[in-house]
Amino acid sequence: MKIFVPRDSAAKALGADDVAAAIQIEAGNRGLDVTVVRNGSRGMVWLEPLVEIETDGVRKAFGPVTAEDVPALLDETLESLGTVEDIPFFARQTRLTFARCGQIDPLSLTDYETHGGLAGLKRALGLRPEEIVAEVTTSGLRGRGGAGFPTGIKWDTVRKAEAARKYIVCNADEGDSGTFADRMIMEGDPFTLIEGMIIAGLATGATKGFVYIRSEYPDAIEVMEAAVRIGLKAGMLGTNILGSGKIFDLEIRTGAGAYVCGEETSLLNSLEGKRGIVRAKPPLPALEGLFGKPTVVNNVLSLATVPVILQKGAEFYAGFGLGRSKGTMPIQIAGNVRYGGLFETAFGMPLGELVNDIAGGTASGRPVKAVQVGGPLGAYMPVSRFDTPFGYEEFDGQGGLIGHAGLVVFDDKADMLKMARFAMEFCAVESCGKCTPCRIGAVRGVETIDRIDAGDAGAVSLLTDLCDTMKDGSLCALGGFTPYPVMSALTHFPEDFSRQKEAAE
Amino acid sequence: MPYATGEPTDDQISAVMEEFIALEGPLLPMLHGLQAEFGYVPQAAVELIADALNLSRAEVHGVISFYHDFRKAPAGRHVVKICRAEACQAVGGEALGEAVLARLGLDWHGTTCNGAVTLEPVYCLGLCACAPAAMIDGKVIGRVTEDRMTRILQEAGV
Repeated sequence: MKIFVPRDSAAKALGADDVAAAIQIEAGNRGLDVTVVRNGSRGMVWLEPLVEIETDGVRKAFGPVTAEDVPALLDETLESLGTVEDIPFFARQTRLTFARCGQIDPLSLTDYETHGGLAGLKRALGLRPEEIVAEVTTSGLRGRGGAGFPTGIKWDTVRKAEAARKYIVCNADEGDSGTFADRMIMEGDPFTLIEGMIIAGLATGATKGFVYIRSEYPDAIEVMEAAVRIGLKAGMLGTNILGSGKIFDLEIRTGAGAYVCGEETSLLNSLEGKRGIVRAKPPLPALEGLFGKPTVVNNVLSLATVPVILQKGAEFYAGFGLGRSKGTMPIQIAGNVRYGGLFETAFGMPLGELVNDIAGGTASGRPVKAVQVGGPLGAYMPVSRFDTPFGYEEFDGQGGLIGHAGLVVFDDKADMLKMARFAMEFCAVESCGKCTPCRIGAVRGVETIDRIDAGDAGAVSLLTDLCDTMKDGSLCALGGFTPYPVMSALTHFPEDFSRQKEAAE
Repeated sequence: MPYATGEPTDDQISAVMEEFIALEGPLLPMLHGLQAEFGYVPQAAVELIADALNLSRAEVHGVISFYHDFRKAPAGRHVVKICRAEACQAVGGEALGEAVLARLGLDWHGTTCNGAVTLEPVYCLGLCACAPAAMIDGKVIGRVTEDRMTRILQEAGV
């Protein structure tokens, strides 16, 4: 009997290790022949630890399971959720990038191949570099980190560049609050990311890759390092990829607690052993990147989506989505929600459907006040904007952004002045220091919001002016986009910014 | 986490540095290695690293001080990190943080007088759908309540 107990950090944070241990002990006591597989998470975090028992090829799901439930679990008297596919939150998804996550043992290459892994790489090995790039371009894949830049065009720039050495850098510095898709895929299906990076190498002529993982993700680092060792041993990585004679070497690197290193040029500086200061562009990293060499910098999800694009074809992927937002997005639903987790779906779903229908509204049961979409540098979307379809241009048109597709839901107890203040505070803590509007502006922003809080109404126009300066005068999105949460809070929730004034009057 | 037995010697520091010297862009892995071994980045390492990597001591100091992770002195016996970011705030993370600060009588980054606990803010652990989240000595916990945190702190010695 196979019993799946996730090793995903969220599952572990909710007791999965205790459950796995209890199963081993109880099964041992009963003399049962049980293999416990530590899989990735299926992404339904409110059900974690979500345990699946496989008998005759059918997996029955149970959750959330505690160590105390284990005897009943093995007695088969614990109430089941049915199969994972029976659960509406799961059934309504279009899982392309996350197809294998939670399904397989993350570190089993056999499992990986059985479920379609390596098909994309094998096809890519038979294509010319420009053909691989054309496939990615036609798919419509855009940078999933947040910038939304067409991935194929970035790859083509690196492909055409002439240099002795080129690099593929995976940005796994997923620092946005409300996001965990990168973490989940690294912990649940690491070979997908590795395969995508190798394909990127074949497409561009790069023979070395780095995955820069934030230090706050120790489990992801551990799984990725193990996957690289296994990949090398199996000939998926190294000097003779799947017997083709082609080369790709991969190193896992750890960040050191700096949010700004999620910005691509700051990340490159950090890899080079420098302070994570942002670089001006041009030159683009595609031409002068890591150590001055042509470099592809892509988000985890962008690279992890490449294998399925090569496997199933560009047209297949491009068939999903809306407008210029093609394909699917693993949306991360977080904060004060009833059903939180990972929901991969084609672009185009209205925000309200995601929040009220899929996510079931707030966990507290109180009304939704605002949803911050796109991380700490994303706008607070009020309920009045809930008809906005989930897409790059669509959100931009409503004064927001989708970023890395994290949604953080707040109920009506949220104080939007405090949230705006936090946006400035966070910017001040994490600023690399290069640009005065960010470095100093963020500090002044906190002070100005404190003045508003104390009843100084004149400080509101000062805050607006400061936000304009930060937007226009910052080299990167940290200073440049902090105005998004601040101004959206001020614009949509003015009542939270005039409490003290009213009290004073 | 090693107990403090006095400052590491140059030889001990160099032995750790040696593991990373051949990497492309070795400095961050080297600093992580030193902190893993000694619990912090020893001051003596600055000059040794500067010599080995042909950097100025100021540059090395700049890198160490830029990143939140690197310590210049050992932490307490236990490191408790509480997430202060938005998703955790949406479910009471701020109140949790304030309660712990009050209970321990510390500011963020402080260590209790008995050396048991260092309390640090962290900005996102990627546990945003099971918030509020925290990390105790590298182990993640989700849906943390004040009661649970109190029990954890008691076990840690405060």
